[in-house]
Amino acid sequence: MTEFTPTEMMTIAASRELSNDDVCFVGIGAPSAACNIARLTHAPDITLIYESGTVGTKPDVLPLSIGDGELCDTALFTVSVPEMFRYWLQGGRITTGFLGGAQIDRFANLNTTVVGPYDHPKVRLPGGGGAPEIASNCGRIFITMALSKRGFVEKLPFITSMGHGEGGNHRERLGMKTKGPTRVITDLCILEPDPETKELTVVSIHHGVTRAQIVENCGWAIKFADTVIETPVPTETELSVLRDINARTKKAHQGTDKGKEAA
Amino acid sequence: MARIVSLAEAVAENVKDGDTVAMEGFTHLIPYAAGHEVIRQGSKDLFLVRMTPDILYDQLIGVGAARGMKFSWGGNPGVGSLHRFRDAVENQWPRPLEIEEHSHAAMANAYEAGAANLPFAMLRGYIGADLPKVNPNIRQVTCPFTGEVLAAVPAIRPDVTIIHAQRADRKGNVLLEGIVGVQKEAVLAARRSIVTVEEIVDELDPPSPNSVVLPTWAVTAVVHVPGGAFPSYAHGYYPRSNAFYIAWDEIARDRETFTAWIKENVLDAKPEDFARHAAKSAKVA
Repeated sequence: MTEFTPTEMMTIAASRELSNDDVCFVGIGAPSAACNIARLTHAPDITLIYESGTVGTKPDVLPLSIGDGELCDTALFTVSVPEMFRYWLQGGRITTGFLGGAQIDRFANLNTTVVGPYDHPKVRLPGGGGAPEIASNCGRIFITMALSKRGFVEKLPFITSMGHGEGGNHRERLGMKTKGPTRVITDLCILEPDPETKELTVVSIHHGVTRAQIVENCGWAIKFADTVIETPVPTETELSVLRDINARTKKAHQGTDKGKEAA
Repeated sequence: MARIVSLAEAVAENVKDGDTVAMEGFTHLIPYAAGHEVIRQGSKDLFLVRMTPDILYDQLIGVGAARGMKFSWGGNPGVGSLHRFRDAVENQWPRPLEIEEHSHAAMANAYEAGAANLPFAMLRGYIGADLPKVNPNIRQVTCPFTGEVLAAVPAIRPDVTIIHAQRADRKGNVLLEGIVGVQKEAVLAARRSIVTVEEIVDELDPPSPNSVVLPTWAVTAVVHVPGGAFPSYAHGYYPRSNAFYIAWDEIARDRETFTAWIKENVLDAKPEDFARHAAKSAKVA
């Protein structure tokens, strides 16, 4: 078995959640890496959509931002941002949304807005962007985040996008017809909402990780499913595809421009 | 009819202290040269509007030109925080910043409502989210046909919208291609508009009948500023300088390095300095 890092395991585990049939709304960072690894391995016909308007894009390097030219150059077509959110997302044409966040709670609600009070934040984060509507309008949501006490918190200071709210049938009560978060893929394990309570529960543990490590890194008393499997380790192909695209990406984003050269 | 003028004239005539100003560009075609001219002319108390305020708005906020900002995602895309924006919100430096925060879907719909001369936009949005609790401009309407309750936000009607585009013809018709973002809606929603362009040509020669064209009679001023979107990019001309976006993190982190950068690269610079970033790829030439 080739050595791999927890982040590599997380990205590859997330990529395996996707199939050729997915029409996927992709966020930048770990989600973008996972979606493109899926496209370059087992799901070559997956449709990747970035909120800048690019539909069916096939970037050769991972974009630094959601609007890199690479995304438009390789897209089947590109639409305006209002069209993207109105026709394609709100129109219900997207099967899977892939989100990350600064913080998550046990019901998979996400915060990317503020830490501390909204009016006097301790940390002002970038904000929700597309997430509030991605979370409610995509058929289902996958979330990928490293497991840490700072990120997996007992109570969110701010709900940027709703996962399962207060748990149970909260989504249905608000009139939502989509599934919401169905998998949370971390660097140590994979979680799924309990079918009844919707509380996130560990269903798969990555190779070499202990239950104690998972408990230690989660900000709430994390639960384990009755049956917990070991996540299959990355294959040679998955690892080499991931490392190749990361190397290409790093090379592409390093330039000779220095700050002072900019006008 | 659009007037083809210098950047200094376009900004002096169209950006007034206290104005609501949208400088749009969804990663692509961000009007950096025009934003720098706004800083040089010392505009005050602007209310900035943009879906994805990034480095350019970090600069305007950092020099104290903004009293407020309406936005949906304020960060350095792919890199991290906007430090000047954070300093303003967390520490009120160099002045407090009033914020009105929305989601992308709401902002996109609000621009479209502005362009369509409607008072508000509605969307199936914000369900279960906390933003409506802190933003009184997110309200609800009930569908008169089905009774469904939907989110409502006011239309965006900027005093002036500023964008960058690939080219204009000598009459002032403007062509955009690639990722076109929300620029068409932002121009049509505004009372006045400034478009900086890479080239002014005899014929627009749209490469596809589906290119976005803003006709001269819908635009106030057109300005020839090659390279004017740097460090963002102009599709078909030059690529995004991802390296600069990464470098900005360090420049903006510290108030003194930021201020020194602004002096050297904005206050003591001119629009022509952007020209060295301009280039046309073989595909377009």
